Amino acid sequence: MIEVSKKCIGCAKCVPVCPFAAINMIDKKATMNEACTLCGACVQVCPVQAITITREEASTRDLSGYKGVWVYVELSEAGDKTHPKKIKQVTFELLSEGRKLADRLGEELCAVLMTDKDHNYEKELGAYGADKVYLVEHDELFEYNTDIFSTVMVSLVTRHKPSVILYGATIQGRDLAPRVASTLYVGLTADCTALSIKDGLLLQSRPAFGGNIMADILAPNSRPQMATVRPNVMKMGEPVHGRAALTVRESAKLDKSLRRVKVLERKIDHGSGAVKIENANVIVSGGRGMKTREKFHQLEELSKLLGGVVGASRAAVDLGFKEKTHQVGQSGTTVSPKLYLSFGISGAVQHIVGMKASDVIVAVNKDPNAPIFNVAKYGIVGDAHEIVPKLIEALKKGK
Amino acid sequence: MNIAVLIKQVPDSTEVKINPETGTLIRAGVPSILNPYDHYALEAALELKRKHNFKVTVVSMGPPQAKAVVQLALALGADEGVLLSDMAFAGSDTWATSYALAKGIKKLGKMDIIFAGMQAIDGDTAQTGPAVAQQLGIPQITFCEHVEVDGRRILARKQIDGGHELLEARPSVLITMIMGKDWAPKHPSFPAVHASLKKPFHVWSAADVGAEAQYLGLKGSPTQVNKIYPPPQREKAAMFSGSGQQGVEKILEVLKAEHFIGE
Repeated sequence: MIEVSKKCIGCAKCVPVCPFAAINMIDKKATMNEACTLCGACVQVCPVQAITITREEASTRDLSGYKGVWVYVELSEAGDKTHPKKIKQVTFELLSEGRKLADRLGEELCAVLMTDKDHNYEKELGAYGADKVYLVEHDELFEYNTDIFSTVMVSLVTRHKPSVILYGATIQGRDLAPRVASTLYVGLTADCTALSIKDGLLLQSRPAFGGNIMADILAPNSRPQMATVRPNVMKMGEPVHGRAALTVRESAKLDKSLRRVKVLERKIDHGSGAVKIENANVIVSGGRGMKTREKFHQLEELSKLLGGVVGASRAAVDLGFKEKTHQVGQSGTTVSPKLYLSFGISGAVQHIVGMKASDVIVAVNKDPNAPIFNVAKYGIVGDAHEIVPKLIEALKKGK
Repeated sequence: MNIAVLIKQVPDSTEVKINPETGTLIRAGVPSILNPYDHYALEAALELKRKHNFKVTVVSMGPPQAKAVVQLALALGADEGVLLSDMAFAGSDTWATSYALAKGIKKLGKMDIIFAGMQAIDGDTAQTGPAVAQQLGIPQITFCEHVEVDGRRILARKQIDGGHELLEARPSVLITMIMGKDWAPKHPSFPAVHASLKKPFHVWSAADVGAEAQYLGLKGSPTQVNKIYPPPQREKAAMFSGSGQQGVEKILEVLKAEHFIGE
C-alpha cells in the first residue's frame, strides 16, 4: 500500500511524474487514486520522503477471498466498422482449459474483455465455457497498449480478486502479464504446457533449461496465480451455442496521458499467400539429419505435394537450413497440425513440446532410439536422404 | 543519452542434459555464454552509441563467474559494467530478479533507454524485461527488431502477430529485442579485450543497491519450483524398418490410411 505522511509539504512535484496520473493535490496534500500501481515514481522525486510504499509480505497475505478462474481475452490487432476485431483462437483454448480448472475448484470461469466496442463477444465467450464476462468498454481501449491494458487489469484484479488468471503466451500476453504480475507482486509462470489443480493450487508445468527437463511450478503465497500458455498447446473444446455468459460491465477511468508509447504505423502482412506455420494443416519438418541446405530444400517440394508447409528443428535453423519463422518448438512456434511428418529430427524435448499436440505424427529417423518416436504414431527407421526423393516421385505419380 | 543493457550469463542450453536416473541436471562441462538475445540487444545499444555518442552501461545479475559476460560486453564496446552478485539473490524468480535489477539501475542514475533481450535461453520466460520496466515505473516496448533515436524521440520497430508496428516513446523506456535474421554474435578483438580491462567495472551486493532481503531469493519469489523431472514418456510409435523403397511404401500406406492422400 502507498501512504503519504504528514511530512508532505504540498509541493506537487510528484503529480507530473506519476505515469498513471494517479495523484491529485487535495487540501495541499498529495492523494493517490485507484489508478496508482505502486510503481514508486513519486517516491523518488519527493523532496521530503513523505511517500512510502509497503508491500505486503507474501506469507502474511490473506488469500481466502480470491476466487474464480479468469482468462484474458485477446482480440486481433486490426479491425474497422465493417470488420470488427476477432477473438483470437488462443482465448478459446484457454477458456476450454480454464473450464476444467474452474470445475475442479468449484469456482466461476470469467473472461476479461477490454475493447472500444463490444461486438456481442460474450456470446462466443459463453459458448466456449465462460460463466461471466467482465466487459470494459472505453474509447482508449481501441488498440492494445501496455500502460492502459495493465492499468485496467490491475484495477479489475484488485476489485474482484480472482484466484487464477490465464493469458495467451502471445506477443500481447507476454507483454501484459509480466507487467501485471510485477505490479501486484504475484507469481507468473511462462509458457505452461499443462495446468492442473493440486491441493487447491494451480500446478503449472513447463519445460525448463531449453526444454530438456520439465518443471512443476506453484505460487502458494500470492494471488492471483498467473500463467501464460502458448497458442495450440491446449485443445479447444466444442462450443456450446446458446450457452450464455453473464456480462458484467466494468467502468474504467482512462485518459490519453496514460499512453506513454504511441503507435506511429502498423502493418499487417495480409498474406503473401503463404500459410503460416501455426495455422497449417500439414507440416513437413526437417532437422539436423537433413545434413545440407540443398537436401533440406527437397522438403519444400514434398510439403507442397501434401498441401502443407515446411517446419524445422532448432538445430536445422541454427545450421541455416531454414528461416527462424519456420522453427517448431519452445523457442520457435508451437504447432498442432493434422499431420506432422518429420525427417531427421531426433526430438529434443524443446522440439517435442512444440509439436506433440499434432493429430498424427509420422517420424523418419535413422536412430531407432530417437526420442521423436516416443510421441510419433508411426515411426520409420530409415534414411531421410533415400526416402524423401522417392516419396516425392511417388506422390507426383499419384497425382 | 544514457543507455543501460541488461545481460545474463546462461548455460548453452542446447547442451544441458538430464541424468535419467537421478532426475538432476548435468551441468558439468556445459559452456556458459552471453544470452544471444542480450548479445543482440547489446549490439543495438552499441550501434546507437556509435551514431550518437551515447554512454552504454551493462548490468547483469549472477554468481561471481558471471563477470565473464560483463567483461565480454565491455570488450565489445560498452563503457561501464555492473554485476549484481550476492548470495541473497540465489533462487530468485523473475519477480525477485527484476526487483534487484531495478535497484541496481536506480543506483546508476537516470537511464534514457534500457535494453534487454526478449528472453534468456535458459528460462525462455520473457518476463524480466517488462517487470524491470514496471519496477522503475517506465514504459516498455517488447519484441523489437530495430531501434532508432531522433532527438528525444525513441523509435522502435516491434513485431506483432502477422506484421509489425512502428512505435514512439520518450525517455525513459525499456526495450526488449528479438534477434535479427541471419544474425551471428560478434567476437571482440584482442586489443579490445585488453582495453576493456581498464573500463569501470562494479560488483554490487544487495546492500550496495539497497535491495531488501525479504524481496530477494527464494523468500522474495512468488513462484516456487515444486518438482523437476524428465519429460514424460509416451506410448511408443508403431515402428517400421524403412530402408529404401520399403520406407516410402510404408509412408504412403500411412498417409492413405489417415486420409492425407487419395487411394
